[in-house]
Amino acid sequence: MAKDLYPNKDDLQKFVDARYRTAWVWQTVFLSALLIAILALSALILNVVDGAFGYVVYEFKKDPALVSEKPIDDLNQTELIALLKDNLSRGAYNKLNNEKVMETRSEGELYGLVIERIIQVKTLKTYPLFESLFNRAAIEAEVAEKFPGARLEFRSWLTPDFLTTPMSSRAEFAGVRTALFGTLWMVSIAISFALPVGIGAAIYLQEYASKKSLMNKIIQTNINNLAGVPSIVYGMLGLAIFVRAFEALTSGALFGVTDSNGRTILSAGLTMGILVLPLVIINAQEAIKAVPDSIRQAAYGVGATRWQTVWSHVLPNALPGILTGSILAMSRAVGETAPLIIVGASTFISVDPSGPFSKFTALPIQIYQWTARAQSEFHAIAAAAIIVLLVLLLTLNATAILLRNRFQRRY
Amino acid sequence: MQTETPQYAIETRNLSIFYGPFEAVKDVDLKIEKGKITAIIGPSGCGKSTLLRAFNRMNDFVPTSHVNGEILMHGINLYSKEIDPVEVRRRIGMVFQKPNPFPKSIYENIAWGARINGFKGNMDELVEQSLRGAALWDEVKDKLKESAYALSGGQQQRLCIARTIAIQPEIILMDEPASALDPISTLRIEELMQELKQNYTIIIVTHNMQQAARVSDFTAMMMLFGETRSGTVIEYDKTDIIFTRPGDKRTEDYVTGRFG
Amino acid sequence: MTTETQSLAPVPEQNSVPVSLRRKLRLGEGLLEAILFVVGFLTIFVTVSIVVVLGDQALLFFNDPQVGFREFFLTTQWQPSIGQFGIWALVSATLTTSAIAMLVALPLGLSSAIYLSEYASPRARSVLKPILEVLAGIPTVVYGYFALLFVTPLLRNLIGTENLGVYNMLSAGVVMGIMILPLIASMSEDALSAVPNSLREAAYAMGATPFEASIQVIVPAALSGIGAAIIVGLSRAVGETMIVAVASGATSKFTFNPLEAAETMTAHIARISGGDLSYNTIDYNSLFAIALVLFVVTLALNLFSQWIVSRFREQYE
Repeated sequence: MAKDLYPNKDDLQKFVDARYRTAWVWQTVFLSALLIAILALSALILNVVDGAFGYVVYEFKKDPALVSEKPIDDLNQTELIALLKDNLSRGAYNKLNNEKVMETRSEGELYGLVIERIIQVKTLKTYPLFESLFNRAAIEAEVAEKFPGARLEFRSWLTPDFLTTPMSSRAEFAGVRTALFGTLWMVSIAISFALPVGIGAAIYLQEYASKKSLMNKIIQTNINNLAGVPSIVYGMLGLAIFVRAFEALTSGALFGVTDSNGRTILSAGLTMGILVLPLVIINAQEAIKAVPDSIRQAAYGVGATRWQTVWSHVLPNALPGILTGSILAMSRAVGETAPLIIVGASTFISVDPSGPFSKFTALPIQIYQWTARAQSEFHAIAAAAIIVLLVLLLTLNATAILLRNRFQRRY
Repeated sequence: MQTETPQYAIETRNLSIFYGPFEAVKDVDLKIEKGKITAIIGPSGCGKSTLLRAFNRMNDFVPTSHVNGEILMHGINLYSKEIDPVEVRRRIGMVFQKPNPFPKSIYENIAWGARINGFKGNMDELVEQSLRGAALWDEVKDKLKESAYALSGGQQQRLCIARTIAIQPEIILMDEPASALDPISTLRIEELMQELKQNYTIIIVTHNMQQAARVSDFTAMMMLFGETRSGTVIEYDKTDIIFTRPGDKRTEDYVTGRFG
Repeated sequence: MTTETQSLAPVPEQNSVPVSLRRKLRLGEGLLEAILFVVGFLTIFVTVSIVVVLGDQALLFFNDPQVGFREFFLTTQWQPSIGQFGIWALVSATLTTSAIAMLVALPLGLSSAIYLSEYASPRARSVLKPILEVLAGIPTVVYGYFALLFVTPLLRNLIGTENLGVYNMLSAGVVMGIMILPLIASMSEDALSAVPNSLREAAYAMGATPFEASIQVIVPAALSGIGAAIIVGLSRAVGETMIVAVASGATSKFTFNPLEAAETMTAHIARISGGDLSYNTIDYNSLFAIALVLFVVTLALNLFSQWIVSRFREQYE
């Protein structure tokens, strides 16, 4: 009797078909969400690549032919020095010489100086990569009309020189060397703080603390919460504590460094160390949890103490997992920007950091500052710096994945 | 005082084991004979493993567990305050249900326990003796440096036994040591137990009645009872008595397979 | 047995020295445990420091005769130069950008999670999941670049340059949504895969289509986990700095119009402290008051999501 209340025969077929159609439509909708995500990622990457290469319209303030009879490209070291001496004011030349003695500079460096100081390139306009590739004729026409006498050249803003030259106020000559060193220092300090502390805390929570105790629950909840605190708040913490309260330590005044304030690599590194600490702990806990209990029992069964068990069995087996997690924490530290702004990364600095008490800048800080500039040539070097940053992060993550696969154990 | 009873390796008095408020094992009085194999049998969930793990204080790792009553070894209560659980485990070794070798070489599996317990003699000799003792030497002597995980399940379990005898305990606890093994490996473990009993007291938990009858000298029958569903020993006697003319009807039902 | 095993037998005199079972003083063990405890406790200390530091400086701010508690929380003008400190000017921008971000991230993230958990073959998952992970690993400053130099020009082409400025909350919000998408997707997917398979089989056994099973049975069963994901995503949006600092402009303005430029709490802190700011001024202290509000809001959101998750877990046990 209840049978009749359900659709049958033709109706049933139609009914089922309709449901399948709905199911199919929604499956497509769900899939398209993922496709949108992929599209966004591709757009982002293409956008960056698009910005880092392309045609550049520039002009010389001084015609190179007037400065030297030989093409500048062909000059050797002594000729370049002579050229600089002749064309620069005495004061300017001496200043350069004081920074680094002329004779010790490489040909490439001297060539750069000649272009920067004597010929004086001025970038008039940059074109993105795809326009440069597919719309060449239009660009040439525009340049001929708007910038008569200017030169048009295809340029990659990402060059080996870009990695090795320090910062400059002129986009054409700027590089990320200073920022790379800053990032390196900062991350090293952060990791050498966060790693031992994080692993120690994880061992305590997993191997020592009683899972039910109130204290343990508080610490665990607290760590989860710390992982969710906005990075800018860590920046404020670093500003108040490391930059100001412990200025004597972080500026190096205690160690006889006089020419600095608390806005140093050390402050930034410690701030970043605290920021990634919860991440390190949570990852290490996961790795330790993955070590099967049977191994612990086996160790205790032959009369090992707790620490002997942890040191000889739990830690060695959890190590690949802990390392993987730590590398991921490192890549977080490499990409974080906001706390560095707060702690006081320098806006302009062209000297390599010499130690923990140096002023500093970092890769993401450079990207931020260059992106915020109005001129398109700065956007171009921002894009180049982003490529450097992403390659760095990719390398780190690939290492982590490799490590994980290489040492993955089957119990 | 009658605490010094040299023929007993270990005895329990009024032993009850709790998980939080739940009394998992209740009022157990057992006197385990020295140099014999004692089997603990009973339906699953009746507290056999819990009781076994109480002997070497492995239950300490269950945060809510605690013990009432006494477990005496040489007349000393293993649960009194001044007793070191680490030392207890060194004297009372354990072989687990699933083979659990360390993810290290075969050699290291044996050497590690000896080393942390301050073994000063010739390590190579110890490893060889232990492996011979566990009837594994001939199979592994050429691959001591290889990972223990390369061994078969039965070999792994014998390695775990070798690891245990390397630290020269007085008593070896075995928690269903053959339940994860094939019949041939099981047979070898059982033969091994007969050899080991010349030097060690063995307590084995098993759910396999034939095994208990084959290998043990004494058998303790455990069963859930009472409103609290706590496990306790309802009968403890020589194995042939338990299996041929048990004093308790429930034991008879169980050993003859009439137990639901 | 060979003589060798004989030597392994327990040494006889053990019987007469049972004292050796006594607890040994293991100084190293105790010391190590103490160190590890201190290290674990350090994390509590970090939280306490955050509260103390932010609270202390914020108190200086509220005690200043120029401002009051009421003005801070109840007015809508933020212009430190003329002594106006109404946080709603910044909160409005935070709310607007976060709302846009959630509008983007919620449907996309949830759909992705359902697809990955209920439809995708293992092979498809092994390709799709890493893509989401890459998206999650991109530094936010890069997203800022993307917002300013790709999404904004794109939106200006669509809406018209006269309607949308170079700096606007819409573009920042959309990109923030893309940034949060992988977070919501992966947390929701965890919640969906935690639903017992028996439930799934039950639904299919009743003749449900995959869509009916996932929407009517599995998603409701995972709802609290999904709720937690949404709240964590929201907390991330509220605390996000670089995207808004780059793309949504540098004027504090009380507005909920996504086409306008306005500064969020985070962007304001970043801009002001990035400049040359002298300590102990009211401007400096005001940043800590903002940061305190930010901290309290995100903490409340995180605690809320954890509470949801823990309740959810109990239901399944």
